Amino acid sequence: MQLGFTAAEERFRSEAAQWLAAQLAGPFRDLRGESSLSGRLERRMAWERALGAARFSCIGWPQEFGGRDATLAEQVIFAEEYARAGAPWRIGHLGIELAGPTILAFGTQAQKARFLLPIARGEEFWCQGYSEPNAGSDLANVRTRAELTQGAAGPEWLINGQKIWTSLAQFADWSFVVCRTEEGSRGHRGLSYLLVPMRQSGVTVRPIRQMTGEAEFNETFFADARTAADNVVGAVGDGWRIAMGTLAFERGVSTLGQQMSFRNELDAIIEAARANGLIDDPAIRQRLAHAHIGLKLMRYSALRMLSNAQEGRLANEAYTYKIFWATWRRKLGELAADVLGPRGEIAAGSPYEWELLPRLFLGSRADTIYGGTNQIQRNIIAERALGLPREPRGG
Amino acid sequence: MQFVHSEEQQMIRASARSLLESYDSSRLRAALEAPGGYEAALWQQLASELGWCGLAIPEDDGGAGLGWVELCILQEELGRRLVASPFFATVALGASLVRECAGAAQRRELFTRIAAGGLRLACALAGADGRPPPEGVAVTLQSRAGGLVLSGVSDFVIHAGSAELLLVLARGEEPQELSLLMLPPASAGVSIEPHVMLDLTRPMSRVTFNDVQLGEDALLGSRAEAAAGIGRALDRARIALAAEALGGAERVLEMTTEYAKQRIQFGRAIGSFQALKHRLADMMTEVEAARSAAWYAACVADEAPQELAEAAAIAKSYCCDAFYNCAAGAIQLHGGIGFTWEHDAHLYFKRARASATLLGSPAWQRERLLRALGLGAAATPVF
Repeated sequence: MQLGFTAAEERFRSEAAQWLAAQLAGPFRDLRGESSLSGRLERRMAWERALGAARFSCIGWPQEFGGRDATLAEQVIFAEEYARAGAPWRIGHLGIELAGPTILAFGTQAQKARFLLPIARGEEFWCQGYSEPNAGSDLANVRTRAELTQGAAGPEWLINGQKIWTSLAQFADWSFVVCRTEEGSRGHRGLSYLLVPMRQSGVTVRPIRQMTGEAEFNETFFADARTAADNVVGAVGDGWRIAMGTLAFERGVSTLGQQMSFRNELDAIIEAARANGLIDDPAIRQRLAHAHIGLKLMRYSALRMLSNAQEGRLANEAYTYKIFWATWRRKLGELAADVLGPRGEIAAGSPYEWELLPRLFLGSRADTIYGGTNQIQRNIIAERALGLPREPRGG
Repeated sequence: MQFVHSEEQQMIRASARSLLESYDSSRLRAALEAPGGYEAALWQQLASELGWCGLAIPEDDGGAGLGWVELCILQEELGRRLVASPFFATVALGASLVRECAGAAQRRELFTRIAAGGLRLACALAGADGRPPPEGVAVTLQSRAGGLVLSGVSDFVIHAGSAELLLVLARGEEPQELSLLMLPPASAGVSIEPHVMLDLTRPMSRVTFNDVQLGEDALLGSRAEAAAGIGRALDRARIALAAEALGGAERVLEMTTEYAKQRIQFGRAIGSFQALKHRLADMMTEVEAARSAAWYAACVADEAPQELAEAAAIAKSYCCDAFYNCAAGAIQLHGGIGFTWEHDAHLYFKRARASATLLGSPAWQRERLLRALGLGAAATPVF
C-alpha cells in the first residue's frame, strides 16, 4: 500500500500539466470545460489530433503505436492533470478505450499496424456495434449477420442487420461490430468481432432523439456493408470472448476522467445550493455529503481496480464499479432537481434545451441502463462474484 | 502509487485469519459471559505472544514499527469474527491518544508497556449524552494547592471494567481548554458502573470522578496542545473502527451468501431467486466501496496527515452504514432463524448499530465533512 508518487512520476506530472495548461490557455482555450458528448465536433477532433501529436493521447500504449509505455501511476497522473486542466471530454474514447485496447490484446500484427496509430493520432474515430433492437441486456442474441464472399478486391465480409445506441456513429470512421458469422448458431456461439468501415454506401446512420431532447445515440443499418476478410479480431466464431474482453477495458483509467466531470456537476449543485440558501438545509447537506463521499469512493475504487489490473487480477471492485457510479449519478441528478426546485423545470430554450443540471437530472436516467442495466449488473455480481445459481435461460 | 496490500501485509492478514478461524459462535458467547466481557486466553495470546498491541508502535518503544495499514488489517479480521476484545479500546483508541498527546518520556513508557503485554487502557472521552468529544465533555479539571482535582461524569467508556489504566478527557478552567489525564481505575473517588449495552460485544460503563486527587504527572502532554492531538487520535480510531466494520460487513455477506446457496424452498436454493440475488449484490457493492474507503483511510493515516479528517469522516460514515445495511440484510435474508437469539446475525446487527454511534454517527461525520470542506454548517444540530 502506497499512495504517493516518485520524483520521476512527479516530473511527468509537471510536464503533462504544463503542456495541458499551455494548450488550453492558447490554441484550444475555447474547449476548456467542454463537457458535451459531441458538441463542437471539428474543434474536438482537432484537439484529439493535438493530443496525438504530443503523444498524450494513449500514453499507456507501446511507443511504436503512438503511446509512451506509461506506467499505471503515470496514467493516473495524466488523468488527474487532464481533468484539473479543464480539458474537454474525449470524443475519441471509443477508439482509445475500447477498440484500441481490444486490438492490442487480441489483434494480429497487421491489425495493430493498420489501426492503432490512427487512433493514437486522433486521425480515425470509432463507434461500437454491440446492441441491437432484440439484443440489449441479452447481448448474445445478436442477429446482424456477416458472410464471407468474394469481392472485387478479394475475400470480404458482407454484413446485414441493425445496431442501436451507437453513440458518435455520425462521425465515426470505423465500427467494431459483433456479428453472427455462423448460420443457424445461437447465443454466444458463432459470433465474430469485425472491424467495419463506416463511410460506405452499405451503412446508414439515423439519430435517435432521447428523453433529454438531444440526439446522442443512433441506429446504424448495415445493408450489404463490406469489410475485408482479415478485419476480424480473434478467430472467426470467437467474437463473444473478444467482445467481453472489450467490456473489461471499459473499467480502466478513463473512469478517473469521468469522475472529474461528475465533480464539476457536484460543484454546480453546491453553487446552486449556495445561491438559494439550501446549503444550510440539514437534509440537503446530508445528500451533498453523500454525493461527495460517493465520488471519493469511486476514485479510491478506481485506484484499487487499476492496481489490481496491473498485477493481472480482476478483483471484486471491478464487478461493482458500474452499478455504484451509475446509481450514484442518478441520485446526483435527483439532488440537482431538488436543489433547483421549480426553476429547474423551466427549459433554457426551444425546442427543448436544458442547462447542465436539469440535463443531468434527465440524462442520468440512462446511466443505470446503458453498459448493462442495474438489474443485469446485480445478476452478474450475484452469479459471477458471489457464485449464486445462474438464472434459468429460455430455450 | 500501489493501492493493494503488499505480500507482507497479506501475510499479516492470513496469519490473523488463521488464528481467529476457531473463534466461533460458542467461543464468542463464552467470552461475553467471562469477566470483563472478553476471552482472557486470546487476549494473552495476541497481546503477549503475537505482539498485536505493539504492531503500530515504533521499534524504539518495543513495537514492530509498522503502520495503521497493518493495524487496520487486524481490525478487519477481528471485526469479521466479532471478537470481543479490549484491543480497540487499548490500541486503536488508547495508544492513539498516547501517540498524539503524551510527552516523549510518557509516550515511551506507555508504549513500552502496551507493546510488551497489552497494558489495557480505557478512554473516558464522551459526556453523558454520548456526543463525540470535545462536545459534551463533562469532566472538569481544577488546579488546587498541591495538585489537580478531577470531577464529573464520563459515559460510554469502552472496556472500563477491565482496564488497567484510564485516560480521561477533561475540561479546564477556561472553557476551551482540554486536558488528557491518566490514572488507575482504582484511584480513590473513581466509580465505574457497567451498563447492559445493545451491543453485547463491546461493554461500556459510566465512570464518575468524585473529586479525584491527582499529581501534575497525571497530565498527558501539555494542556495547550491537547485539543489538536485528541482530534487526530480520534480520527485514527475512527479509521480503525471503519476497518472493523468492513470486516463485519464482509463476514455477514459471506454468511448470508452461503445460507442462500444451501437453503431450499420451492424446490430450489433461495439464492437462485433474483429477489435475494439482487439484495446480496447490493450488499456486495456496499462492501466493496467500504473496502476502498477503509483501505484508503488507513493509508492516509500513515502517509497523508493533511487528509486525515476527511478520510476518517468518509471511512467511518460509509463503512458503518455499509455494515448496518449488510447486517440488516443478513437478518432479512435468513428469515425466521435470523431473528433468533441463537443465530449470530443479531450480534453483528447490534455491533453494526453501536459502531455507527461510536465516535460520531454517520450523519455527524457527514456534517463534519461538509464543514471541513468549507460548506458552512447545518441550520440545526446533527447527531
